[in-house]
Amino acid sequence: MTEMELVEPAEPKRRRREKKQRTPRRERERRGILSGFAGAVVEAWDELRVHRTRVLLSLIGVGVAVAALTSVVGIGAIAQQAQIEQLERGSGRPATLILGSPYEIAAADPYSAPPTPDPDQLREVAATVIDRYSIEYAGSASWVQTSVQFADGVSMADGQAVDVDYGVMHRIQVEQGRWFTDRDELRLAPAIVVGQGFYQRLGSPDLATHPTVTLLGENNVTAVVIGVLPYPGYDDGLRMYLLNSSYSALATPAMLTQFYPQYEFWVPTDMADELAQLIKRDVAGAYGEGWQVDVSRNDYLAWEGGGDPLGPIRLVLAGISVLILLLGALGLVNISLVTVRQRIREIGIRRSFGATAGRVFFAVMMESIVATVVAGAVGVMAAVLIVQNPAVRNLVAAGLTDVPPFPAEAALIGLGAATLVGALAGLLPALVAVRVKVIDAIRY
Amino acid sequence: MTLLRLEGVTRSVELPDGEKLDILKGVDLDVSVGDHVSIVGRSGSGKSTLLNLLGLLDTPTSGQIFFDDEPLERLSGGRRDRKRGRDIGFIFQQFNLLGGRTALENVMTPLMYATGRQFWRRRTLAEQMLDKVGLSKRMQSTPEKLSGGEQQRVAIARALVRGPRLILADEPTGALDIETGAAVMALLDEVAEQSGAALITITHDANVAALARRHYRLDRGVLAPIDVNRVLAASLPEATL
Repeated sequence: MTEMELVEPAEPKRRRREKKQRTPRRERERRGILSGFAGAVVEAWDELRVHRTRVLLSLIGVGVAVAALTSVVGIGAIAQQAQIEQLERGSGRPATLILGSPYEIAAADPYSAPPTPDPDQLREVAATVIDRYSIEYAGSASWVQTSVQFADGVSMADGQAVDVDYGVMHRIQVEQGRWFTDRDELRLAPAIVVGQGFYQRLGSPDLATHPTVTLLGENNVTAVVIGVLPYPGYDDGLRMYLLNSSYSALATPAMLTQFYPQYEFWVPTDMADELAQLIKRDVAGAYGEGWQVDVSRNDYLAWEGGGDPLGPIRLVLAGISVLILLLGALGLVNISLVTVRQRIREIGIRRSFGATAGRVFFAVMMESIVATVVAGAVGVMAAVLIVQNPAVRNLVAAGLTDVPPFPAEAALIGLGAATLVGALAGLLPALVAVRVKVIDAIRY
Repeated sequence: MTLLRLEGVTRSVELPDGEKLDILKGVDLDVSVGDHVSIVGRSGSGKSTLLNLLGLLDTPTSGQIFFDDEPLERLSGGRRDRKRGRDIGFIFQQFNLLGGRTALENVMTPLMYATGRQFWRRRTLAEQMLDKVGLSKRMQSTPEKLSGGEQQRVAIARALVRGPRLILADEPTGALDIETGAAVMALLDEVAEQSGAALITITHDANVAALARRHYRLDRGVLAPIDVNRVLAASLPEATL
C-alpha cells in the first residue's frame, strides 16, 4: 500500500472547516436533520432486510390481524349497505317525502270516509308539485288486492299499484325479467312483476314466452308477467306489482273506494324539511280550506327515538376489530422485546459509532413502524381480495343493488391500525434500547 | 496541540454489598494530535474502564476530561454521542462487526450517523476506505466469510471512515495470531499516521505496546509511564504484561 493510497477518505480537515464556516448554522442544522431522518429510515430498512426471516415471521401475525380487521370493516360496510338497502326497500331512500291522500277535516275517521279526494285530482296536484320543484323521482303507491285466475282456481293476490319510478326509489330488484319502464304504461295487456309464490303458482314459466295471467275486476284483464322478484327469505304468498294506470283500468268501483294512493317524492336530504313544508303548503292551497294535508318523512334516517339503526352493528364490528388488533399487537410487542434483547450488543456498537439515544429510539421505532406498515399493506391487499370475492359478497349480502366498492375507510383503518400497532409495539423495545449501557452492551 | 486531557480522573462503582470499588485512581493523561500512546495492564487493572472514559462512553466519578480543551462534563448526552461519532474511532478486540452485513455495510455504519456529504456519499467513502485497507475484493463478504485478520481490517476501515481525530484500539490483536496481529498493527499504525489521528492502544501485549511512541502502564487503577523496552527485554520470550 503506498502513501498516496493511505490518505484520509473524508475531506481534508481544513477544507471541511472552511466549508463549515461558509455554510450558515441553520442550513447545517437543516441538513443534519434531513440526513438524520434519512439515516434512520435507511437503518430501519437495512435492519428489516438483514433480519427478514425473523421480521417476516413476526409480521405474519400483524398482517393477518390487519387483514382480519380490514376484512371485518369491509364486510361490515357491505353488510351495512345490505341493511340500508333492505330498509330502503321498505320505506324508500333518504329522503322520501310521503304525501298522503288529503281528507276532509270534518270526517271523524279518514279511512271510513268516502274515498276523497278523487285520485285523478291528487295526481294532478302531485304533478304540479313535481314539476314546480323539479323532483326527479316521484310516484304514487297503494296497496291493492286483486283476484287472479290461476290454472287451479281463483285466488286473491296482494299487490301494489305503483309508478315506474317506484323501482328506483325502493331499490326493487328482479331475479328474472325486468322492472317496469315508461313504455309499459302504453301496453294494452298490462305488465306485472310477481313474487316467487305467484310465479310458482303459475308453474314457473319461462319469461321469454311472455306468460300471461288473468286479473279479475271490472273488466277482466290479461296481464303479462315481465319480471319475477327474488326469494325474500320467507313465504311471500301471492305478491305482485302493477302500474297505477293498469289498476285504474282493472278496478271495480268497489275496489276504488278502498283505493288510497299516496305520493312519494325522493328529494335531497338537506332540502327535505323545507320541501315538505312547501309541498304541504302547495297541496293545501290546491284543495282549499277544510282539507287536511299531511307530508311526512318515513325513510330510515328520519326515524326518531331509535337513534342510529345501524349503531349496534357498528359497535359489534368495532369491538371485534379492536380485539383482533390487540391480539396482533400483543404478539408483535412480545417478539419485538425478545428481538431487541438479542440486539443489545449491536445497539452498543452503533452507540460507540455516534448513534445518539434519540437516534436509537427513533431507529427501533421506525423499524417497527416500517415493518408493520408493509405488513399492513399486505394485510389490506389480502382483505381487498377477500371482501371483493363474489362468493364472500353473496354470503354476506346477496342481492345488493348498489354493490359498494371496497371501502376506502377500511383500507385507511387497516393501514392506520398497522402504523399504530407498529408505534406501540416499537415503543417498549425502543425504550429498552435507549436504556442500554453502551459499555455493557458491547461486551454482551 | 492537546487533543485529549485527563486531570485527576477517578472511577468507582458500588458493589452489591454496598462497598465502593475504586477502579481508576487519579488518572492524568495528555494526548496530542498525531500522538501514539499505548496503555498496558493486566486483566482487571481498569483498562476497559479507562477506554470507556477516553471514548466518551462513560463519565468519571471525579476529575475532568477535556476534549479540544473543552470539559466534557458540559456536553449533553446527545452532543457527547455526536462528538464520539465525529471525532473518535473504535477498534475492538472481538472486532464487533455487525453480523449478516457485508464488509461494505459494516464500514458504512458509522457514516449512517454522519451528516451532509459524508452521509449521502457513504457508499463511495466506505468503498474507498476498504480499498485502502486492501479489502476491495472482499467488500461483499459477510464477517463469517472473512478471516480474523480481514475482520480486523474491516474494523479498522470502519473506525477510520469518518476521519476521526482519535482512534481507540482495545486489544486490537487479542484475537489474532502473532503474524496477523503484527500485520494488522502495522496497518493501523500506518493508517493512523497518514490520517494524522491520535492513536491510543490498550493492550496487555508488550510487543504491540512497543509500537507506540509513549507508553503507560495501568496497575490497580493507577496510570504511570513506563519504559516498555525494558519490560520487553525482561519478559522475553513471552513479552506479555
